[in-house]
Amino acid sequence: MLNLDAVSDRLLEEVADLHKVPVGAFNIRSNGQAVARNSTANIDIIPKENGSGIDIKIKPGTKNESVHIPVVMTASGIKEIVYNDFYIGEGSDVVIVAGCGIDNCGPKDSEHDGIHRFYVGKGAKVKYVEKHYGSGDGAGKRILNPGTEVYMEEDSYMEMEMTQIKGVDDTVRDTKAELGKGARLVVHERLMTHGDQKAVSNYRVDLNGEGCSADVVSRSVAKNDSYQKFDAVLNGNTACSGHTECDAIIMDNGRILAVPGLEANNVDAALVHEAAIGKIAGEQLIKLMTLGLTEAEAEEQIINGFLK
Amino acid sequence: MLELKNISFEVNEGGQDIGILHDISLTIPDGTLTVITGPNGGGKSTMAKLIAGIIKPTSGKIFFNGEDITDMSITDRARAGIGFAFQQPVRFKGLQVFDLIRLATGTKLSTVDACKYLSAVGLCAREYINREVNASLSGGELKRIEIATVLAKASKLSVFDEPEAGIDLWSFQNLIKVFEGMRKDIKDSSILIISHQERILNIADEVVVLSDGKLVAHGPKDQILPDLAGTMSAVKGCGKGLLEEGGEEEC
Repeated sequence: MLNLDAVSDRLLEEVADLHKVPVGAFNIRSNGQAVARNSTANIDIIPKENGSGIDIKIKPGTKNESVHIPVVMTASGIKEIVYNDFYIGEGSDVVIVAGCGIDNCGPKDSEHDGIHRFYVGKGAKVKYVEKHYGSGDGAGKRILNPGTEVYMEEDSYMEMEMTQIKGVDDTVRDTKAELGKGARLVVHERLMTHGDQKAVSNYRVDLNGEGCSADVVSRSVAKNDSYQKFDAVLNGNTACSGHTECDAIIMDNGRILAVPGLEANNVDAALVHEAAIGKIAGEQLIKLMTLGLTEAEAEEQIINGFLK
Repeated sequence: MLELKNISFEVNEGGQDIGILHDISLTIPDGTLTVITGPNGGGKSTMAKLIAGIIKPTSGKIFFNGEDITDMSITDRARAGIGFAFQQPVRFKGLQVFDLIRLATGTKLSTVDACKYLSAVGLCAREYINREVNASLSGGELKRIEIATVLAKASKLSVFDEPEAGIDLWSFQNLIKVFEGMRKDIKDSSILIISHQERILNIADEVVVLSDGKLVAHGPKDQILPDLAGTMSAVKGCGKGLLEEGGEEEC
């Protein structure tokens, strides 16, 4: 059994849907230290010798197994950078659940910068789920700066679901990917900012292998005085296809900048960018109000659906 | 029972007040299916929106079951028992068909119960219940989902603004059946449909004819329809337009 306080338990539930010790391989980090770890026959979690993070080694052919590596921080004033490297063996099919929850009731900033590198083997299939969550009403900020690098070998597939719905004051998310022949990367980002939060999301995807493809889709809501920037660059260096999409709702004084970046360096590269930013359509509110919802309830339903 | 008393509605365009509805007084009794018909631009959809509270009249009063609802919000009217099906259904990114039906009933609905409403409008419930109400749905599919939400709301007064618009002929047969079914179970509620379709007019108890923003006829279907068939207001209106443009009187 884990011996964590109630706040940590709540954070774990928010970021990893964990109510108890997970099944399979896991590493749970709390306030700068690993508090629980488990390897399985096929998935090895090894702490780096210099203490800067962990290596997760998944044997070739590992099927239907999962890895949970949640991080929780409840002490004010912690600042850490953690490097986690995933080696995903050929032909495996796994789910990786990461995520970070910060509860900061104190006066100092708390910051977790998780740098994740994925080496996805030939024909491997990965689903990566990452949730970020902040709570606590201290003056100290809750800061998360995730860095993600993805290196995909031939015919590999990676699906990334990245969600940050509440409570994180400042985020700069940098995601880089290099795709080999026939590889496919699918990214779904869900983001909501409120108060005076700031979130920047940068993507740089190099489509290097023939027939590879990438689909990067962001849905976001900026409320109050918050600011978001979505900067997605696709480089089509071969016969490939790529699509990026930024679909955003602004409310109150929320601001969003969407920067499309497509670079086709090969005549057979097919790249598409879509972006739409605007407030909730009045007719959507009216429709839900004719069903008996108040304007505020209608807004909530529309946003919940949008970010689902 | 819905009562419109001396309702007028004006819009201001380019500094000029333009009358859309002129001094309309009308009562929709309980237990009846009333169809409002008339030429395009006659003010029918405006009237539907006034009833739902989406727009407010320039003058006049609206009473619902004896209560003055003229200044009531859309939400309060919906809660008081008025349902409204849009002529052009709204699309939502992310919200699913099930969400809309659940919100319409205002209860924690089971999927099985939600599916009943979709089946009632001729949609294979299993295929649609988890679909997003977005641009991936065709106009006809959206229209039927829109009608399903109004069925699910089970209002005292259900208003349908041109339910046939955008629906193909095959679906139209089903649509008639939906309204026939609603008519059968009407009890003390009432249904108001804005329509040009003869087959919808045929299932009405009462017919109202609106033309140029004025109520030109109102009465039992058997009394209004024969007049309408011969010297149909719509035809008159259409002919007038053509003549003004120098066309032949043959529409």
